[in-house]
Amino acid sequence: MLESNKESLKLEAMKRIVQLISKGKNASDLFPAVVKNVASKNIELKKLVYVYLVRYAEEQQDLALLSISTFQRALKDPNQFIRASALRVLSSIRVPIIVPIMMLAIKEAASDLSPYVRKTSAHAIQKLYSLDADQKEQLIEVIEKLLKDKSTLVAGSVVMAFEEVCPDRIDLIHRNYRKLCNLLVDVEEWGQVVIINMLTRYARTQFTSPWKEDGIFDENEKAFYDSDSEEKQGQREAKPYIMDPDHRLLLRNTKPLLQSRNTAVVMAVAQLYWHLAPKHEVSIVTKSLVRLLRSHREVQYVVLQNIATMSIQRKGMFEPYMKSFYVRSTDATHIKTLKLEILTNLANEANISTILREFQTYVKSQDKAFAAATIQAIGRCATNISEVTDTCLNGLVLLLSNRDETVVAESVVVIKKLLQTQPTQHSDIIKHMAKLFDNITVPMARASILWLMGEYCERVPKIAPDVLRKMAKTFTAEEDIVKLQTVNLAAKLYLTNSKQTKLLTQYILNLGKYDQNYDIRDRTRFIRQLIVPSEKSGALNKYARRILLASKPAPVLESAFKDRDRFQLGTLSHSLNIKTTGYQELSDWPAVAPDPSVRNVEVIEPVQEWAPSLGKAKKPKSDDKFYSDDEEKDEEGSGSGSEDSSSSSSSGSSEESGSESEEESSRDLEKTSSDSEKSSSGSEASSSESESQQKEKKRAKKVTPRKSKQTAADSGSDENGNGPLGKTSSSSAESSSSEESDSSEDSDSDSPAPQKKTVGKTKPKVEVKSKKEVSLLDLDDFSPAPPSAPKSSVFSSSLLSDLEGLSLSNVSSAMQVTTSSFGPVKTYELLHHMTGKGLSAKYHFPRQPCLYQPSMVAVQVILTNSSDHSLEEIHIGDRSPASLNVHCFNTVERLEPGASVSVSMGIDFSDSTQAANFQLCTKEDQFSVSIQPAVGELVMPSTMKEPDFCSEQRKLMGMNETSATIAMATANTSKQNISKQVLSVANVGVVSSDQNNLQRFAGRTVSSGALVLVTLELRESSTALLTINTEKTVMASMLLRDLKQALYQA
Amino acid sequence: MLVSLLMLCWSVDFFSSSKPTTVLITVPAEMINSLFLISHSGDIFLEKHWKSVISRSVCDYFLEAKEKAGDPENVAPVLQTPHHYLISIYRGKLFFLSVTQTEVPPLFVIEFLHRVADTFQDYFGDCSEVLIKENTVTVYELLEEMLDNGFPLATESNVLKEMIRPPTILRSVVNTLTGGSNVGGTLPTGQLSNVPWRRAGVKYTNNEAYFDVIEEIDAILDKSGTTVFAEIQGVIEACVKLTGMPDLTLSFMNPRLLDDVSFHPCVRFKRWESEHVLSFIPPDGNFRLMSYHVSSQNLVAIPVYVKQNISFLETGSCGRLDITIGPKQTMGKTVESLMVTIPMPKSVLSVNLTATQGTYTFDLTTKVVLWDVGKLNPQKLPNLRGSISIQTGAPKPEENPSINIDMKLQQLAISGLKVSRLDMYGEKYKPFKGVKYVTKAGKFQVRT
Repeated sequence: MLESNKESLKLEAMKRIVQLISKGKNASDLFPAVVKNVASKNIELKKLVYVYLVRYAEEQQDLALLSISTFQRALKDPNQFIRASALRVLSSIRVPIIVPIMMLAIKEAASDLSPYVRKTSAHAIQKLYSLDADQKEQLIEVIEKLLKDKSTLVAGSVVMAFEEVCPDRIDLIHRNYRKLCNLLVDVEEWGQVVIINMLTRYARTQFTSPWKEDGIFDENEKAFYDSDSEEKQGQREAKPYIMDPDHRLLLRNTKPLLQSRNTAVVMAVAQLYWHLAPKHEVSIVTKSLVRLLRSHREVQYVVLQNIATMSIQRKGMFEPYMKSFYVRSTDATHIKTLKLEILTNLANEANISTILREFQTYVKSQDKAFAAATIQAIGRCATNISEVTDTCLNGLVLLLSNRDETVVAESVVVIKKLLQTQPTQHSDIIKHMAKLFDNITVPMARASILWLMGEYCERVPKIAPDVLRKMAKTFTAEEDIVKLQTVNLAAKLYLTNSKQTKLLTQYILNLGKYDQNYDIRDRTRFIRQLIVPSEKSGALNKYARRILLASKPAPVLESAFKDRDRFQLGTLSHSLNIKTTGYQELSDWPAVAPDPSVRNVEVIEPVQEWAPSLGKAKKPKSDDKFYSDDEEKDEEGSGSGSEDSSSSSSSGSSEESGSESEEESSRDLEKTSSDSEKSSSGSEASSSESESQQKEKKRAKKVTPRKSKQTAADSGSDENGNGPLGKTSSSSAESSSSEESDSSEDSDSDSPAPQKKTVGKTKPKVEVKSKKEVSLLDLDDFSPAPPSAPKSSVFSSSLLSDLEGLSLSNVSSAMQVTTSSFGPVKTYELLHHMTGKGLSAKYHFPRQPCLYQPSMVAVQVILTNSSDHSLEEIHIGDRSPASLNVHCFNTVERLEPGASVSVSMGIDFSDSTQAANFQLCTKEDQFSVSIQPAVGELVMPSTMKEPDFCSEQRKLMGMNETSATIAMATANTSKQNISKQVLSVANVGVVSSDQNNLQRFAGRTVSSGALVLVTLELRESSTALLTINTEKTVMASMLLRDLKQALYQA
Repeated sequence: MLVSLLMLCWSVDFFSSSKPTTVLITVPAEMINSLFLISHSGDIFLEKHWKSVISRSVCDYFLEAKEKAGDPENVAPVLQTPHHYLISIYRGKLFFLSVTQTEVPPLFVIEFLHRVADTFQDYFGDCSEVLIKENTVTVYELLEEMLDNGFPLATESNVLKEMIRPPTILRSVVNTLTGGSNVGGTLPTGQLSNVPWRRAGVKYTNNEAYFDVIEEIDAILDKSGTTVFAEIQGVIEACVKLTGMPDLTLSFMNPRLLDDVSFHPCVRFKRWESEHVLSFIPPDGNFRLMSYHVSSQNLVAIPVYVKQNISFLETGSCGRLDITIGPKQTMGKTVESLMVTIPMPKSVLSVNLTATQGTYTFDLTTKVVLWDVGKLNPQKLPNLRGSISIQTGAPKPEENPSINIDMKLQQLAISGLKVSRLDMYGEKYKPFKGVKYVTKAGKFQVRT
């Protein structure tokens, strides 16, 4: 059927083959027939062939090589998914001959434009490494490169590769540490687990222990450290303990992940806190771990194991949740046992009565194994908590009359252990047990009773010989362990009470002498020599009594989980309590922290000059701020800009807030598209033009595959002389590839839809035309990455800079960093705490588009309670003018004294500076407040290019133009400072321009979307012509006044 | 060196060898090497390898452990064999057994296996041996996409659904006629965007968003009816069918009630921390928005009380059973679909009971009495009484069986949680919105 011409038949055949594979049957005979279909047009057929290929390539290497050329061609496919899947399959074929090809492919893919392809290449690294470990050095280079990647898609996979290939190269992590911490929240969940585990190991080597600080403080420490630091220069820790900010960063960024729905992530965070956090912070994981107990049985099992280990060291952590560990009759046995273990660990004087009552229920359980475990647990409680020992013992004695054998046996064993700890007054119990002896058949229990008899034979002088008599009768039928104890008992009785037992003992020793078990024979011989006086017996004889009846130390009843803490929590090793292959020990804290500055991100590559230098916040240039502006725009773009703006507006701060990184992947998509737009056209390209471009592209594509086909076919015929076959397959492949490119176009024209949306949101009124442009030109983005090295580096560099958050391409050299979004955010007072009876409110304009309605201006209000009582139900009451459209914040239900909360609201000012009056209400009071916007806040930035700007400006001449010559402070004449000043006044966007003396800014009013164009033409001697073109003339004059003032001031 | 070892490996026939000789070479780490699906009876009916093939004889260790454990529930999820580690889950009478060779967080694998099972359930309606055998090819395609080299790749069901369409009867008919495929022609866009859980270009004529607040009471009551332990676990299941990229905000009247929460990745955690509202761009279709826990410190209302008297006579081989159920704190709602399960001791032969309401059954093999009561009528309390006969000669059972109760209360979240409003941003249309509350019994057990 595979030879058939009909697709459907082939597909049917492949399906049957896959079914064979799934059943584990051998289908390798069909290899030649299957491999021909590798270049099929039908996607499903192709995928099934891939499945087959990956499964059998290892066995049929020569034939597998035939398919390689197809993948090589697909690696150059314009569609990122096809590139990725080709790489995936290629790297999954475990044929050593293609290692060089794989290496090449991985290197190329690692600098691919698409993060998805880069992710795949990270996966491929592991595969190649397992195929040929000699490639390690080269692979590490690739890993190093990928670690620098800023895409959340890549992060998880590359760390996985790192863990596999070179887990000890911790130096590769330093520079990326902060980035990984910050990206963590947005990485897909499986990647999170891997990264968290890696960071745990990293942190243990890089930071000092936070555990010392508890309890110990001050002077001695200080003195100690002082003297120390004299010796070791450069050691900064002169104080007791200061947590490294990076250490804190890690803890802070992992905390939200405790809320993950993925249990593995929660567990990973829990173990991170357990191993890294200061002792008093660990308990925040408790709640989440207890939550996991609601999950599947298997999850419960692993989590309970970990809790068991934790609860030994830190009872307090889980004590409040004790009841969550109560056992249900429907739990599986191993779950029950684990819960029991935890309950036992948690037992203390205060809660022991509750726990024992609970245990009483368990003892009666129908699950006998569990009942037995409960008895052991009672025993442990009894030894650990002396107050209840007697109660427990009595309870256990009662259990001796239980009908179930295992329960009785277990009780006996536990009683034996307990009695050993305090043997004084318990002859009654021993007597009781002797009575039961006949009924007990479990060897361990019988042995225990015998041992007890022997040990305390002086306290029960009458019963012990009688028991021995009975034993003598049944000796031969007993289990080995019982026999041994019988011999012991006999020996001890012989020493204490030889009159009565001499004959019995000898009888038993004789029986033992001819026993089948050599242990018993040995023991018998040993005992005989020891106790029976004879002429040969030496000095030992005298000490026999001391040897046999020495007082024995009481056994300590310990948790089975006691020794598990040597393993890292959450690992397989911990679960199995053995060291598994590949387990990496968690190192101890270093005494002295390694140099923390290695984590500072420095300028390394030329392209990195755009990097927001994390370590150096003082960099005076305004470009830092530019980025943050940009990031904010992007935030807006994806419509989720609701994150608290205070963090994002503090642009100089070294941390990217989580929200920013969330947007990152969307940003780079958007960026690349806009980038390609610029590089390909430079000016507005009409849609027809771009179509012709496309055609050209297609033609170009066709050329490349043909070339590669030739080379591939050559190599194919060289190697196995299978020329014709190779040719047919590749020719069919060619046709398919062209087909694919068609289909990829289809899919691509779908794919920009979300981008369109985001674009549309950023600039609400961009013409349809330009949208179209984006979507069509998007294709160019997927064009084959140029194979030549220098070019690809150009690509990757532009990509990198894209990732840094530049919206404008760095192609135009004139476009230096010209802008800054705004200076420090101006905060205005809304309500003073004196007038507000303790409630004070401040507001500022975060300059984000308002979430609630596009026509609204976003206002961030910070409410602070400076009174001494808590305020309730803070909300917005009446407003005036009544028509004022305000989106209120949700009622703040309660504000504690000293606390403050930041809320966001939206106000539609209708493009006027008229104040918005409204009432701020608490439960008791109402305060009238008003927000008067500066005119510059009623505008939002609009992105346009210089030609657009000029043409729009021409439309807004005459009435709509307001201009004035202004004097400028000398400090303000530099380009950067001008834009800084302008942007601090008005929320406009910079229009890049190559004219030195001209600066242009564009914006739109928030409500009506009217254009506001600002032009500043520098003249001599600190004067400039300021022109504002807009339909809103009132606004123009007000804006002019504000700008004039701002520029005049130094 | 390695190459020659690999060569050696190929020459081995994987399927005839009964011992795991194929793993002489130590392959470096991977998360999940192979997956075996094993039926309840121990039949290995599907295998998939992401790296070198591991002989299915490795399952023997597992089958041995399963034999020893008796009940499939009792099989330890993590096992060790000389060369491999076996991590398994038991779902829908099937074992999902994954084989790994190196250290890996066990929860990682377990969680993933459950995702696989969830996906099957999603695709085929149920996760059973028959269905998986029927859809082997789809299963294989899914597994191929879900794992790459043993590392999870795409586990979001909506991403998968874009790549591999779930089988429907109609499509299978069409496919056989036209030779079409059920592999998606388009490639997933979701994987690339920053909202991987939502695909682009969703369109509906009726835009609707429904939220079900489902709470379960976990409780243990003792003989006298006092609460030993009780807590509430809740989930919010959502069914969102909205066009475009809506941005939803769900707020509660009393969010402080929630003690511990976990969210679908779409929920913005920062918003929750600062304002206690759920802000999210929803996935398309059905999903679990959040699950929460209402602290056990609060008093939990117990909707029913149980008066029971089960006794086994010391002499003779019989016992008596008398159970009455009545409403306790139901907040004015009726208790519905009341169901009582009593796992009897193994020595019980048969029961002879009469129920004043509903019907009861007794399963002879599992010895479980199942009493389906239905609606609880406060005027006429349902009662089940009668005699139990025990195997002659068997001792009197030690412990009375515990009673498990299942029930449902409509239009009530027992914790008192209330959704106050749902707002939508980012889209222009007006969606239909709805919130439903249900309270159920979770692990509700009465000790006797």
